[in-house]
Amino acid sequence: MSIFTPKQSRPSPKTQVGILSWTTKYLFSSKIDIALSLFAFYLLYLILPPLLDWMIFSADFSAKTNAECTREAACWFYIGEKMNLFMYGMYPLEEYWRPNLLLAITLSFAFIVRLLRFQPYKNKAALALFIIYPVVAFFLLYGNDFLGIKIVETDQWGGLMLTIVVALVGIVASFPIGIFLALGRQSRMEIIRFLSIAYIEIIRGIPLITILFMASVMLPLFFTEGINFDKLLRALIGITLFQSAYIAEVIRGGLQAVPKGQYEAADVAGLSFIQKTVFIILPQALKISIPNIVGSFIALFKDTTLVLIIGIFDMLAIAELATSDINWMGRKTEGIVFVAIVLWSLLYLMSRYSKALEGRFNTQY
Amino acid sequence: MKTNDIITIKGVNKWYGDFHALNDINLTVKEGEIIVICGPSGSGKSTLIRCVNFLEKFQEGSIVVDGIKLTDNVKKIRQIRSEVSMVFQCFNLFPHLSVINNLTLAPIWVHNTTKQEANKKALSLLDRVGIKDQAYKYPNQLSGGQQQRVAIARALCTSPKIMLFDEPTSALDPEMISEVLDVMVDLSKEGITMLCVTHEMGFAKKVADRIIFMDEGQIIEQNEPNTFFNNPESDRLRLFLDQILTQ
Repeated sequence: MSIFTPKQSRPSPKTQVGILSWTTKYLFSSKIDIALSLFAFYLLYLILPPLLDWMIFSADFSAKTNAECTREAACWFYIGEKMNLFMYGMYPLEEYWRPNLLLAITLSFAFIVRLLRFQPYKNKAALALFIIYPVVAFFLLYGNDFLGIKIVETDQWGGLMLTIVVALVGIVASFPIGIFLALGRQSRMEIIRFLSIAYIEIIRGIPLITILFMASVMLPLFFTEGINFDKLLRALIGITLFQSAYIAEVIRGGLQAVPKGQYEAADVAGLSFIQKTVFIILPQALKISIPNIVGSFIALFKDTTLVLIIGIFDMLAIAELATSDINWMGRKTEGIVFVAIVLWSLLYLMSRYSKALEGRFNTQY
Repeated sequence: MKTNDIITIKGVNKWYGDFHALNDINLTVKEGEIIVICGPSGSGKSTLIRCVNFLEKFQEGSIVVDGIKLTDNVKKIRQIRSEVSMVFQCFNLFPHLSVINNLTLAPIWVHNTTKQEANKKALSLLDRVGIKDQAYKYPNQLSGGQQQRVAIARALCTSPKIMLFDEPTSALDPEMISEVLDVMVDLSKEGITMLCVTHEMGFAKKVADRIIFMDEGQIIEQNEPNTFFNNPESDRLRLFLDQILTQ
């Protein structure tokens, strides 16, 4: 009888590292690879140099008026000149501190929630913030006579501020509605299920533009004359209705991906339907859906630019509006490139945040 | 000694579509009795014990558990489920909760235990199944055998009168089966009524008060272990035992 002595484990062999092996592995590993890589490089060669030249190397950063910007390149002073318009729209200059304060509050809320994450009362604190925040935001941005904050009508709102308001309200309001619709669609109660399905399928079949038009043009016809429904509010309702149908479908996918055994284990433990849904099913379903939920919110963020067709001035609409200044004719490209950079940065942040969330909730070791 | 009937199953019939899954099942289980149910796959063993806590609906017959008659009434079903625990073949632990939270969820929310008490009990149960040191890990960080022991501890956390085991060792690597069976043997001395669907005949011989053999949705034969293994009455059981014991 021989005695089994296991061999010592060895460290894995060092894989080839370095830029050379990386390029051969990822760029030039086969003939097709080589062709595609070269083609891609050629495209980059066509696009990048002129773009960088226009944006940076030949661009004019110092010229103070349109006439001084003589080069065939960007004139960035224009953006600086119109910065307030891009950020706040027509919001009165002396009230800029309000959106600024709100931004500061938002960031510090995020920071506080982060600090509290190991405290036992963190969920209650987060819920409280979640309820207080919209009220504070509304009073700050819109104002309130009683509190002595001057009212700024929503038709003066605009720019990045408005884009973020529309996107945030759309996201925050559509998320819970989406959850209820998704649960409703799976309900065993026929009427609830039918209504959920009908809602989702009807809304998903209508383009956002149509919904916005309906909200801004047709909705007022249903109300008695004299009731003036705020235009921005109507757009927000339209966007929320639209987005919640999409979120519902994304979450339904997550619900269906939760194994049947989880439902059974929760049932067997004697949990009620609400306890089962809140403690067992939704946490898992939402975790599975994070990439799609964030994807859907990114799409919404981009869709907010459509509000310009009903006469609300989001950041993209401002890029258009700013060109009407006689002193700065023909500077539309700068504006649009600037808007593109800002929106892309925000969306990229969102997608990184989604990645971090996935990591945080990952318990599949 | 064991006199009170805790489960009474009368004339239960169940169909999946046209498939007659349970065919006129009659069974009475006494308090504290340990019953092993075996039979070929598709014979209705799992369906039968899943009917006891209403995970499966049945079309005909009646089941009374600890004096409560099973109906569609949600309150009654929850009442029964708070007394009947179940261990599944593929564990069904909640992957997003740590082991300890898996154990304390039902005591806290269904049985209104305080958090401290629930934690204390959970830790002592984990200690009993030999994995107290894993209490703050997540289920997916544990081996299959450990996960199943957590599942058993979770089932015990609510101090059930009845434990249902649905092939608890079938999804495990051979090396891990015994660690789970040891826990179950240990449990059998507690006086909890146990219904185990399993193919572990060694376990059945050791602890069962009665072994039930099912095929094609019917109870073919039931007896105490000695007679069951040594003097099977029906040909069908004899054939089954030949196959399963000569493996």
